[in-house]
Amino acid sequence: MVMIFGKPLPLLFGQLLLGIINGSFYAMLSMGLAIIFGLLNIINFAHGAMFMVGAFVAWGLFTYLGIGFWAALVCAPIIVGVFGLLLERAFIRRIYKLDILYGLLLTFGMAQVLQGLATNYFGSSGVSYNAPNALSGVLKLGFMYLPVYRGFVVVAAIIICFVTWFAVEKTRLGALLRAATENPSLVQSFGVNVPRLIALTFGAGVALAALAGVLAAPLYSVNPDMGAQLIDTVFAVVVIGGMGSIGGAILTGFGLGIIEGFTDVFYPQGSAVVVFVVMAIVLLARPAGLFGKVA
Amino acid sequence: MDVTRRTILGSAAAATAASLPILKARAAGKFLTIGVCSDFSGTYSDVGGETSVACVRQALEDYGATAKGYNVKVIKGDHQNKPDVGAGLARQWFDSGVDLLIDVPNSAVGLAIAGVAAAKNKAYINSNAATSALTGPKCNANTIHWTYDTYMLSHSTGGAMVAAGGKSWYFITANYAFGQLLRDQTSAVIKAAGGTVVGGVAYPFPQTTDFSSFLVQAQSSGAQVLGLANAGKDTVNSIKQAHQFGITQSGMKIAGLLIYLNDVHGMGLDIAQGLVLTESFYWNMNDKTRAFTKRVLPKTPNNYPSMAQAGCYSGTLHFMKAVDAIGIDAANKSGIAIVEQMKKMPTDDDAFGHCSVREDGRFMCPSYLFRVKKPGESNIPWDYYDLLHTTPADQTFAPLATEGCPLVKA
Repeated sequence: MVMIFGKPLPLLFGQLLLGIINGSFYAMLSMGLAIIFGLLNIINFAHGAMFMVGAFVAWGLFTYLGIGFWAALVCAPIIVGVFGLLLERAFIRRIYKLDILYGLLLTFGMAQVLQGLATNYFGSSGVSYNAPNALSGVLKLGFMYLPVYRGFVVVAAIIICFVTWFAVEKTRLGALLRAATENPSLVQSFGVNVPRLIALTFGAGVALAALAGVLAAPLYSVNPDMGAQLIDTVFAVVVIGGMGSIGGAILTGFGLGIIEGFTDVFYPQGSAVVVFVVMAIVLLARPAGLFGKVA
Repeated sequence: MDVTRRTILGSAAAATAASLPILKARAAGKFLTIGVCSDFSGTYSDVGGETSVACVRQALEDYGATAKGYNVKVIKGDHQNKPDVGAGLARQWFDSGVDLLIDVPNSAVGLAIAGVAAAKNKAYINSNAATSALTGPKCNANTIHWTYDTYMLSHSTGGAMVAAGGKSWYFITANYAFGQLLRDQTSAVIKAAGGTVVGGVAYPFPQTTDFSSFLVQAQSSGAQVLGLANAGKDTVNSIKQAHQFGITQSGMKIAGLLIYLNDVHGMGLDIAQGLVLTESFYWNMNDKTRAFTKRVLPKTPNNYPSMAQAGCYSGTLHFMKAVDAIGIDAANKSGIAIVEQMKKMPTDDDAFGHCSVREDGRFMCPSYLFRVKKPGESNIPWDYYDLLHTTPADQTFAPLATEGCPLVKA
């Protein structure tokens, strides 16, 4: 058997694939964060909580209404997105003009409240949510067994990332959004309703988190802490990619997933810190992040 | 708010008034305070938390504390899974007159509080932490370890898996005191029975949610048994993901070394079916356990009691009997006196039946090896286990001489 650094090659192939799978969650979550930060200048600490709420909504839709996975993939992000719009209107709108730290504190508080409520209602062990039958089962790839559902997640994540990147960077709506954040009064003078545009952006960012939550529900235990456990890493991804850079967030997300996958094989104890080691090195070498525009 | 002299005086008066009832009641009658120190918001809040408080209250009710002239106040506090927070809370409680501190999931916090209880000479019943060090090198005259420990889990579940032919093992371990101890004790059991440990990974706790990498490594190791030396959500996640990667379908068996009823509930029977696990209490064992569960359930957040929570019931009931035996004045004065009395008397309650407390502070009860039912076999809510084997109390826990408890030498 071919060995690299004392590990069999098939095992390393397996880890590469698993890294890409985990990376797709990092990419989807960090993309939403990057959009909200890039366009609204809010460091949204509630993003992990929205991811968690998305997973619980999918579970609730199935448990109480019998609505299955495919429909939840559409319904849950819309429900959570509308919830995000309400939060934006009630709270976040009031702090756009304040220092960026206020947004951080406010959203951090929101995350704590949402997690606390979920723990209160569902308990800390969480609930169980199964993948649809069409996606259950295992593919034999020669070097490893790949659960069909995980393969689906990678494909879905790549499509979602591409569509979002395209919408923000290449369409007229995206151009308006970017213009509105650069100079809101000028864009408003062209007859564009800028506050509504910004609110919708927040809603869309939150909906992306919820969509990732629905995709994660069959993989992990659906529990109140599921977002909080991911969000630290996801913030590191955004910082490494360059705050506000959507393309950067996507590429960094996948890249770090792969690095983490290999760390799991060579030094498992370090898998939780490797992302932050990379972050420290990147910040020293390029303070604006790998894809950031300004220092 | 403006801080005026009036508000300062007002709050000072309020603070004094708040501490007054304790003094008054102490003068008037047989006053006791029980502090439930647990995880009310985090990973272990389902295996401790509000349901533990409910079990303590149930014990007082079943004992008939009020009718016997006792005025028992139950207070609760969240240790947030931090040893410093737990020890600080314990110190504050003991200084303000708490007579018994009970529950305490998380081995690190459990050990920290044992030290405080000894320093303040108060009674401490740990019903929820796993580490056998509480009755080993770290034992003291104020501490009783109720319900279970790592020795029981490793010998019962580990021993049963080896006996059933699972000779080669691969471990996935939560990299902290509890996980390491559980892995090492189980490895010793495996080797003693002629098995081998072919490898393992220790993952960072508590930051890990994705176990797929470790599971794939376990799969490629070719071991017959995958040993999970972790707890709570980590165990649920590892088992769920092992299922996704076809680990059990490929013939590898999973040994979850610490699985509570609540974890099985969280996983669902689809995934949990066939798991073998060990507990010292299961609500659906016999008429008495069912009766106890029926009484306590309305007081819980709809959470059937786990063994650790039932241990809070059993421990509190026994504590009350001991206090009654030595008298309230002696009890208020010395935690050691209460604990010594608890060791002298046999225990008897609906949850655990007839058991005892050994001189090193070990609660001696039988343990039960269960297999999780298939979805079709479960007829009523939370009916999850089939009993495979009962280990008598004297074989469930480590022999007294081998534990290294200083109390035993003296």
